Amino acid sequence: MAKLESKIPSGPLADKWRKHKAEIKLVNPANKRKYEVIVVGGGLAGSSAAATLSELGYKVKCFVFHDTPRRAHSIAAQGGINAAKNYQNDGDSVYRLFYDTIKGGDYRAREANVHRLAEVSVNIIDQCAAQGVPFAREYGGLLANRSFGGAQVSRTFYARGQTGQQLLLGAYSALMKQAGAGAVEILPNEEMLDLVIVDGQAKGIISRNLISGEIRRWSADAVVLATGGYGNVFNLSTYARQSNGTAIWRAYKRGACFANPCYTQIHPTCIPVSGDYQSKLTLMSESLRNDGRIWVPKKKEDCKKDPNTIPEEDRDYYLERIYPSFGNLAPRDVSSRAAKRMCDEGRGVGETGLGVYLDFSDAIKRLGEAGVRERYGNLFDIYHEITNESAYKTPMRIYPAVHYTMGGLWVDYNLMSNIPGLFVLGEANFSDHGANRLGASALMQGLADGYFVLPYTIGDYLATQKPGSRPKTDNPAFKEAEENVTSINNRLLNTKGRHPVSYFHKRLGQIMWNYCGMARTREGLEKALQEIPALREEFWSDVRVPGSADTLNQSLEQAGRVADFMELGELMCRDALAREESCGGHFREEYQYPDGECKRDDEKFAHVAAWEYQGPDKTPLRNVEDLNYEFVKMSVRSYK
Amino acid sequence: MVAESSTKLISVTLRVWRQAGPNQAGRFVEYKAKNCNPNMSFLEMLDVVNDELVSKGEEPIAFAHDCREGICGTCSLVIDGKPHGPHRGIASCQTYMRSFEDGAVITVEPFRAKPFPVVKDLITDRSAFDKIQQAGGFISIRTGAAPDANSIPVPKENADLAMDAAACIGCGACVAACKNASAMLFVSAKVSQLSLMPQGQPERDTRVLNMVAKMDELGFGNCTNQYECSAACPKLISHDFIARMNKDYLAASFRSAFRVKSNAASGAAG
Repeated sequence: MAKLESKIPSGPLADKWRKHKAEIKLVNPANKRKYEVIVVGGGLAGSSAAATLSELGYKVKCFVFHDTPRRAHSIAAQGGINAAKNYQNDGDSVYRLFYDTIKGGDYRAREANVHRLAEVSVNIIDQCAAQGVPFAREYGGLLANRSFGGAQVSRTFYARGQTGQQLLLGAYSALMKQAGAGAVEILPNEEMLDLVIVDGQAKGIISRNLISGEIRRWSADAVVLATGGYGNVFNLSTYARQSNGTAIWRAYKRGACFANPCYTQIHPTCIPVSGDYQSKLTLMSESLRNDGRIWVPKKKEDCKKDPNTIPEEDRDYYLERIYPSFGNLAPRDVSSRAAKRMCDEGRGVGETGLGVYLDFSDAIKRLGEAGVRERYGNLFDIYHEITNESAYKTPMRIYPAVHYTMGGLWVDYNLMSNIPGLFVLGEANFSDHGANRLGASALMQGLADGYFVLPYTIGDYLATQKPGSRPKTDNPAFKEAEENVTSINNRLLNTKGRHPVSYFHKRLGQIMWNYCGMARTREGLEKALQEIPALREEFWSDVRVPGSADTLNQSLEQAGRVADFMELGELMCRDALAREESCGGHFREEYQYPDGECKRDDEKFAHVAAWEYQGPDKTPLRNVEDLNYEFVKMSVRSYK
Repeated sequence: MVAESSTKLISVTLRVWRQAGPNQAGRFVEYKAKNCNPNMSFLEMLDVVNDELVSKGEEPIAFAHDCREGICGTCSLVIDGKPHGPHRGIASCQTYMRSFEDGAVITVEPFRAKPFPVVKDLITDRSAFDKIQQAGGFISIRTGAAPDANSIPVPKENADLAMDAAACIGCGACVAACKNASAMLFVSAKVSQLSLMPQGQPERDTRVLNMVAKMDELGFGNCTNQYECSAACPKLISHDFIARMNKDYLAASFRSAFRVKSNAASGAAG
């Protein structure tokens, strides 16, 4: 059984991080260059960590499967980044950001981690501004803010609708600075396919060069995974097509615990699916709900009609009806579930019946078409590009889509997993968002971990390692891991079945969406736990992966990732089944209040579930880390 | 209404550039894409063609893609001779089949430019852009050393203009569109973003000199002011930034020629 020691420092909440920084071990500057650190991933967390660690003097290698770190999917984040600067003088503080994040996460995150996140949020903005990130400005030249869901203050910093892009390019510029100086070695087109453990500690990785196909061994004193989330287990999501869970999944199979895999965020406003060829769902910013009104027809027979011909009295503005005080601005999870209920009742719209209207006609009456264009023009353009419809003339059709995973590898307060020497950052870990993430908090966490947390905490581990003691790559553990990777790839290539990888990925996505999506039941999850292993068996006997392993082979890359999703999906269902309560993004239909709100069970489930691999075809072990709320009182999360 | 018109399926013939590796000869190969929903994206159409190829035991067409929402800069197709296809201001992944007539013959090629060698089929090696960035596309600030963000005011119009430049997604369409394979639009966007803000001033001269020198060294050509780059840019970045960079470059060249250097600069401190 894995030892889950959270290492949360003692003392008052606001002093924990300061105290911890003062007490953890340091590595002296002359010794730092003797340590090699592998960073896997080049998104916000990976780039910021690799750049900062190398500034401190560590020898860093940064692995990305893209052709350059700047392509990582952090780049697609639209809205903004939260920070407790209180530049608006509206009463914001570190405590308020902490509290909003804890409450937003439905009381399933660690208090100490979240408080630290809120503390360093202010440093992130300073850092990014100094790098030249072109944040939005007021006329006086100072930074502008906007409001976001789940908060009553204006604390979100932004760069038009491309905040993620600009923050990533900032972190990338820091990384390029270090790479140009020879302080970081960047390995593009290099995908991590296994973790190497020597004497119980993470000491290297096995990678495949995606251009040459070469399998390579890399040894290090510590390994940092910043490889993002696993939402593509659903096949259709707002993730980039190549985002995957392979690095964290293969680390899990080497003994790293996987925490709360069932916590997934489903974003309410995305463009609906239009056909089975679809590869991607596109987000329409949450900000649209400020002026758009969401409705479905009252009568099923109206669903296929032109919405403009449906009279006012035959429309059901269901969010305004069910949540009169919050209306169209109900939180993400609540809005998503309500849309699903309407469609389940047979009142969904569009060709597939899986869509609801987001209507701007009242806003156009009030603000004029030009007024609406000024606020949302670029979003209306994106909508038009994808659907060929003008939202100025006919209501948008939207539907919820998978957007983020709060679960991930278990880490302690130092961001180290239960495998010593293995650190996990950003969306790849589980630590800060509990059961639901607030808007504009993902960017904050990725950069907090990479710029301001790991660079301190990794020293506490490295100081215990003798300089120069890292194993050589001829160690048997490297050989064994390399053989594991080769055998997986060969098995995929040699199956020579009938169907392409996408055929299985789509079917897995359907199972996950139906039974482990917005609303889950015991019955459905049990069904999924029957269907997924059967599908996996079919995959391994009937998948067709053309070409060879010693060249660029996109089918092989995808096959390996989907093979891992086939296992990860099962663990998500297992976790959702075991968590007999509803909280945040995890909604079990059996556990709800009469008004459809989440019914938590703090007696039984105020804990992190950290799953431990026990071997192929064996049931994994469910370890528990209790969440002790010392400073905030757990209460029913209400936005009414 | 929309539902009816959108279900009329179309079939097209693709002439796709196939090339096994950087040093091998390439050629066009024809494929049929039958019964495409017009709401399908161009890349989704290629996905379907590839799945059919795989089912027949053939090698699928290699093409670069990732976010499929026009922001990561990975996709890089030349469709009927135009980088990123027929429409202005979008990336290849945002091109939809409704842009093509039923029965159309569509030519699909990789970005073609000497500094972007073909890796396989439609994938090219654009690592030269990282090298240009390493030569100066940053502000030398260490993590943790930054002053309070509001202690550096930036005039709103400068911040807005810097953001226009910063919108570059690093796809390389500007290079592919230019008959000289010039990277001036890319480099000028990076240089301008930082030179428009106070944070970028201390390294303003060295940045533009070093980035331009690296660009030349990597084999990118010169700008001859035809602005095909801006026309092909998925973010419609203005060629005005090239003029801005030229001005910066000229001023920096003068200043560097007459600069008096401190003796301390060459010796180690302490």
